[in-house]
Formats: sequence, structure tokens, C-alpha cells
Amino acid sequence: MGKTVTVGNKKVMLAPFSSWMVVFVFIPMALVVYFAFTDGDSFTLSNLQYIYTYRHTLWLSVELAFIATAICLVLAYPIAYILSRASERIQRNATLIVMLPMWMNFLVRTYAWMTLLENNGIINSALRGLAGLFGSEFDGFAMVNNRGAIVLGMVYNFLPYMILPIYTALTKIDNSLIEAARDLGSGGFQVLKRVIFPLSIPGIISGITMVFIPSLSTFIISRILGGSKDFLIGDLIEDFFLGNSGVVNYNIGAALSLVLMIMIFIATFFMNHFDKEAKTTAGGTI
Amino acid sequence: MKILAKIYAFLIFVFLYAPIFVIVVFSFNSGSSRAVFEGFSLQWYKEMLQDELILRSLWYSLIIAVLSAIIATVIGTMAAVGINNLKGWKKSAFLSANNIPVVNPEIVTAISMMILFVFILSYFNSLEMGFGTLLIAHITFNIPYVVLSVLPKLRGMDSNIYNAALDLGCPPVKAFIKVVIPQILPGVISGLIMAFTLSLDDFVISYFNSGSSFQTLPITIYSMTKKPYSLKLNALSTIMFAVILVLMIAGNIRKPANEKKLKK
Repeated sequence: MGKTVTVGNKKVMLAPFSSWMVVFVFIPMALVVYFAFTDGDSFTLSNLQYIYTYRHTLWLSVELAFIATAICLVLAYPIAYILSRASERIQRNATLIVMLPMWMNFLVRTYAWMTLLENNGIINSALRGLAGLFGSEFDGFAMVNNRGAIVLGMVYNFLPYMILPIYTALTKIDNSLIEAARDLGSGGFQVLKRVIFPLSIPGIISGITMVFIPSLSTFIISRILGGSKDFLIGDLIEDFFLGNSGVVNYNIGAALSLVLMIMIFIATFFMNHFDKEAKTTAGGTI
Repeated sequence: MKILAKIYAFLIFVFLYAPIFVIVVFSFNSGSSRAVFEGFSLQWYKEMLQDELILRSLWYSLIIAVLSAIIATVIGTMAAVGINNLKGWKKSAFLSANNIPVVNPEIVTAISMMILFVFILSYFNSLEMGFGTLLIAHITFNIPYVVLSVLPKLRGMDSNIYNAALDLGCPPVKAFIKVVIPQILPGVISGLIMAFTLSLDDFVISYFNSGSSFQTLPITIYSMTKKPYSLKLNALSTIMFAVILVLMIAGNIRKPANEKKLKK
């Protein structure tokens, strides 16, 4: 690390940042807590109690976010590994290739999935044409307006967030460690299990966090791909703040946001715990 | 194994790029269907370029992105230098505070600021959400990313050069501009670019913090998707994608050229 340079006046450098954060981050957060525990002007727990009626929605949000995160991990690890072992020319552009689709507006991309998946969409039409060649009838798969479509939308939108941290962790692994393991007689699978995988855990952890949080709190993906059947926690919050379904209630909306924040806090806490454990069992810091 | 790896990589990229492909192809559709291609035409491009709402919100998006990126970069770079000077619990306290908007779900950041703005604006009956609230909201979520991209450069900086400048009688402010800034400049620039793109792309936070009078492009796109879907959106997305692609490729080509210059 070396010595830290003291440049300029600490207080002057930090003043704009501190005041901005207090006014536009801390006070708003305090307001969320205040609204969650009040009703008009007096303290109440009724907002939080009211959320109990939405327990199925909360559970569904957690479930779908969990499934999407698991699928992302399974899909991302191999591709991150392949990219980390690819030629230098591909590696130089790996991040760009993975990130590029995200440069297109996500609403338009999510709509494009509708085009692909819906009953008269591209995939079903192609399958129907194929079935026609063999002289059989095909009704088409129901691939949209269901939970599967919501999960697909999450996986599609957040997969790069899983690939990139794992890829970064894999490229940071010192090649001499792998060579050492080989020299000491480890086979390919052993090297993967004993050396590469443990050293990539920090990447996995940040990937999981970066996919789980937006999946848990999304509100547009479910609305476009899930039809109007399956509301998620994000949709509820939107409704209570913007009154799209006729009721504006900041107090219940704030209570829901508080619950969402607590769920995410618990999730990140667990992930950090895993991270520390992994670092100690892998024998040192990376 | 090699072939399997190639097939797998191919399938993943098909998955990632399939929607992009669909959007680009159907932007040239002469019909108005999202799913049935009737023939080649440029009509959606023409209509898109004549759509005042789209052009106006594109302009608004650019204004907000440029202003919020610049302001966030100034505040964020100063903060990074300040945080780098701190030690112990103070440093970790500032870092955790900086991380709040990064870790918090976007929707929570969005509604928390919305509550504040509604609260403040209710005192001034005539004012409503618009340019000001949107700009503040964008600066707020941009600052942490600037801090995070400048900090590593400060950590990797050789402090001896700065100290040497001071020893040789250079005033601190001048030494800061001449010695520190050039060393952290890559971090500052990548922070600026990141802030600009985050702002340009943001939907969730803008959705809750913009009034009806000042809407950025993602908001306009969202309101357009609620009506019968228009392929104008495909044309717009394709143009934007092409512009970004060209900028990226240009940036990638420029890099090696710069390296060559340095070697000379």
C-alpha cells in the first residue's frame, strides 16, 4: 500500500460529498422508516401488519429471485471459465461482448422476448412450420405470461452481472498455482475443485449478490412477461407510491420497502459470511 | 472438450444476442407487426425521426446525463481523495455510506427520494417534479460509482512523486493538479463515463422522480410500450445500439494507437 498521501484539506474534500449524502441518502432513508412506522402522524405497527396479507407475494418474489440467481450461476460459471481460458484477443474484448446487449434499452429487449416467446411469436411459429413439414398439428408452447417467463426475463437481464465478477475472479488466479497443482499430480478435475473453484468464490459471491438484489426488487419484468397474474414485491411498491391500481399509500409502500431492504440486508450478510469462511478455508486472502 | 466449450459459448451468446437480433431485424419491417416480417423498409426510421416526443426526450436524457455525470464526477473525485486520506473506522464509515445507494435496491432508492421531494415540494404548492428532482436523483446514484472507480487509482498511486513535488517547493494545490490528477485521471474518466451511461440508461429512479413535464428517453419508451407497441422503438434502439457499438470499437482501436505513441 505504501504511505497514504494527504492531499488538500480532508474536510474541504469531503464536505460536498457528506452534505449531499446526508440530504439525499440518509434523510430519505429515515423518511422511509418514519413512514413505515406511522399512520398520518402517530406511531403504529399496522402498516407492517398489513403486509402480512401480501405474504404470498413476498414469498413468490423470494422464490423467483432465488431460482433466477441459481440458473444464472449455473449458466455463468462455465462461460466465465471458457472466457478466462480463451485467447488474448478474445479476452481483451470479453467484457465488451458480455456487456454489449445491456446497451440496448431493457424494456425494448424484454419486449423482444415477448416477440420470441408469445403464442404467435417467432419460436412457436418456427416450431409450427416444422411440425407442418411432418404433417402434424402443433398448438405451440405457452411460454409467456407465466412464472417461467418472469424467471427467464430475470436471467436474461442479469446474467452479465453473474458472468463478469466470476470471469474477473478467474482471470486473477495466479497461473503458477494451477501449474503447481498439476506438478504435484492433480488431474484436471482436482485442479478445478481444489484450486480454481475455491479461488473464484469471491466472484461467485458478488455475482450472486448482483443478480439476487435486482431480481428480488424488479417490477417491470414481471409486468411485461408475467401478464398481470403474478405480482412481485416491486410491483406492489410501485402501486402504493404511484397509485396505478387506484390506491396511493406511502405508509404501506414504505413498510414494504423496509421489508425488502431487510431481506436484502440478511441476504448480503449471509453472503459476506460465506465469503469470509471461503477465504479462511482457501488459506489466505486473494 | 474444446468443441463442447465452443458450442456452449455459442449457445450463451445466442441467448444474450437473440433479442438484439430480433429488434434490429424488425426495425426494418414494412409491416407493423412485432413478430411477422413482411418486407424491408425504412419507414420506422423515418417515423421515429419525425416523432417529436422521442426527439425531445432524447435531448432531455442527454442533458441530464451530461450534467449529472459532470457534477457527480467533481463531488465523487473530491470525496475519493478525502476518503483515501482517512484511516480506520472513519474510512470504513465513509465507504459504507458510499455503498448505500449501490447496495440498496434501485426501487428503494427511488421511492426514498420521491418521499423527500414530495415532502419538500408540498411546501411550495406551485412546484412539481421535473428537471430539478431528476437531476438531483441522478447525481445521487452516480456519485458512489465515481468514488468507487477513483479510489483504486489513489491506492495504486506512488505517493513519493507527490511528496517529491512538495519537497521541491511546489505548492500543494499545484502539486495536486500537476501530479495527483494525471495519476488518477483514468479512474476519473472511467467514473465519468460510467456515470454518464448509468444516467442515460436509468429507468427505475427516473420513473419515480420525474414529473410529466420532463421525461427522459427510458420513461418515454415505457409509456410507448403501454400503448400498442410501435416498431419506432426498434428503430430507435437500433440506432442507439449502432452509435454505442461504433464508439466502443473506436475506443478499442484508439487504445493501441495511444500505446504506440507512448512507446515512441
